[in-house]
Amino acid sequence: MSAEIIHARTPAELSLANAFDGSKARLPGNAAVAKWREDSFKIFSASGLPHRRVEAWHYTDLRALMRDALPVATPPDAMAIDALRKNFAAADAPGQRLVLADGFFVPELSGGLPAGIKVRSLASVLSEGRSDLIALLSSQDLAAGDSMVALNAALMQDGVVIEVAPGTVVEKPLNLIHATASQISSAHFSRSALIVGAGASIRLAEWGHAANRAGTVQASQANACLIVSLGDGARLAHTAMVTGTAANSVRLETMMARIGAGAKFDSFALVSGIGLVRRQIFLRFEGDGSQASLSGVSLLGGREHADTTLQVEHAAQGCMGRETFKYILDEEATGVFQGKIHVAPGAQKTDGKMLCKAVLLSDMAAMNNKPELEIFADDVACGHGATCGGLDIDQLFYLQTRGLPLPEAEALLLEAFASELIGGIGHAGLIHDFSGKVKAWLSSRHSWRIPDRSQA
Amino acid sequence: MLEVNNLNVSVNGRKLLDDLDLTVRDGEVAALMGPNGSGKSTLSHVIAGRKDYTVETGDILLNGESLLNLEPDVRAAKGLFLAFQYPIEIPGVATLTFLKAALNAQRKRRGQEELSTPDFMKRVKTSAGKLKISQDMLRRALNVGFSGGEKKRMDILQMALLEPSFAILDETDSGLDIDALRIVAEGVNALRAPGRGFLVITHYQRLLDYVVPDTVHVMAQGRIVRSGGKELAVELEKNGYSDYNAEPAVA
Repeated sequence: MSAEIIHARTPAELSLANAFDGSKARLPGNAAVAKWREDSFKIFSASGLPHRRVEAWHYTDLRALMRDALPVATPPDAMAIDALRKNFAAADAPGQRLVLADGFFVPELSGGLPAGIKVRSLASVLSEGRSDLIALLSSQDLAAGDSMVALNAALMQDGVVIEVAPGTVVEKPLNLIHATASQISSAHFSRSALIVGAGASIRLAEWGHAANRAGTVQASQANACLIVSLGDGARLAHTAMVTGTAANSVRLETMMARIGAGAKFDSFALVSGIGLVRRQIFLRFEGDGSQASLSGVSLLGGREHADTTLQVEHAAQGCMGRETFKYILDEEATGVFQGKIHVAPGAQKTDGKMLCKAVLLSDMAAMNNKPELEIFADDVACGHGATCGGLDIDQLFYLQTRGLPLPEAEALLLEAFASELIGGIGHAGLIHDFSGKVKAWLSSRHSWRIPDRSQA
Repeated sequence: MLEVNNLNVSVNGRKLLDDLDLTVRDGEVAALMGPNGSGKSTLSHVIAGRKDYTVETGDILLNGESLLNLEPDVRAAKGLFLAFQYPIEIPGVATLTFLKAALNAQRKRRGQEELSTPDFMKRVKTSAGKLKISQDMLRRALNVGFSGGEKKRMDILQMALLEPSFAILDETDSGLDIDALRIVAEGVNALRAPGRGFLVITHYQRLLDYVVPDTVHVMAQGRIVRSGGKELAVELEKNGYSDYNAEPAVA
């Protein structure tokens, strides 16, 4: 005999249900979008917040970790936008940029866009109802069954839709800044899309910017989706600086990427200084002969929790996938890496390699590593590996005998460990920014300062 | 001057060094020979400050100052240098970056100014040239992908740059071909100075043909069992270590 188990709604789930009921009439979109939202909320509602018995969320038990849902953010007012403008000027924020404040696209703060790039807010796209864009935005098959992606579809408030015309080549990074502007703790639901036309080439750099006009950082719950579509022969180099959120924050980022034929996609993310973050990347090779490289470094301390969950589907022939992620875990931090490579029948000559390496600096830190391969084609080269351990005591001793104090020897080894992937970003300015962040994190571990070695 | 007095060292209750006494004066080159497992490498690691060992009794003095309670980096700053039997590979750390960090860390600890980059580069180029170390090697990650000979030459380069008052060479000759052995030996000889002592650990007399020792000590079962002049090395080469009751197992 089996009985359907109906779990009691948690306070967070009840708040989310109330938020949806209370705001659905005001959320942007035409009738079809409203229907899609209703359907999506039903999917979320059926399973609720994911928990440890949901396999994909086993190591990030959101139901237990997220006791309450924060109130849904309102669009930033004129004062908040003005404060952000001053803040960007002071921080020397890059010019070629798009700004989302609490998930809302702020055209007044955005600009400097090169020719060939068309940008609109998600809200306007949903209201216009252009069928091809709606179809792209609502195609969640890559993340089918993920209740948080469904929740995002139900509650998405705004975001930015970026269309890059075929053949457009832009060298300078296009910066997408996720700013936290609200003076009260709030929840943000944003959905953005990047459509790179055939033969176009672009670099998208995502940044977190947490500062409101009071200069304080409020805890937030962000659920952001980025939908990427790469046309045939297109190139996208993507970086994400996932840093700066306040403790007790929950940050969910989902990327759903479709890769056309002969295309190239590189993505790197640095995760550091956050409460709880889960990055999900669902990628599908839909055309032959493409390459994708997904990589990231997570630097965690305190009770931070960072989860990277990947699903790479090879649905075409001769595609190369490289997934390489590194974690440095200190104090009581928890790291999660789940990576699945799926090779569909007929996806011959697939070349897939996945690797996760973790360094644990404390007995209280924990790393959960789950690589998976699902292969339904017979002529492929796929592999995965995972390592987990402390720093090498022989290496530390060697460096110490040469005069480096232990903290400096550790920092040198950790910097080398993290920098390997940063070097692959392929853009001097961005490499400088990411390396600087790693150095800052390492020097904050101890009270000593790491000498600047950039001159050597 | 290095003085090892009545040193007893164990690992997990197993005795590795047994009432060991050894003195190497300033300007002296002492050779330490002995069968496998006699405790030669253990001694070098204990002097350099490796923590896996338990020092039960005894003391190690460098220029009259006890090293025992000092961290390895402090020992280095006080003038101690250990050339490793197997120099460690450090992936991701460029050799030049490492050399500069090491040199400046020691200078800082001694209260000296950090070297400017041009000064540093000048010193590296001078020493590297003598040891036939190419610019390409200096740009690569430390010891990664280096041949056995290249690693040993890199250790000697570090010794030349760090200018220790006492250097231990732990089987620096192992894994070297004749040409590399000569280059390394010349590098060592160039650093011989009245104020600098050396402890040269080796199995074979061959290195001692190039780096001629003032004294030779034979170690067996964790203690010095015989001492003499350079002719002792020749005798050992001829007769082997069988007279010294070799016992395997101790690393």
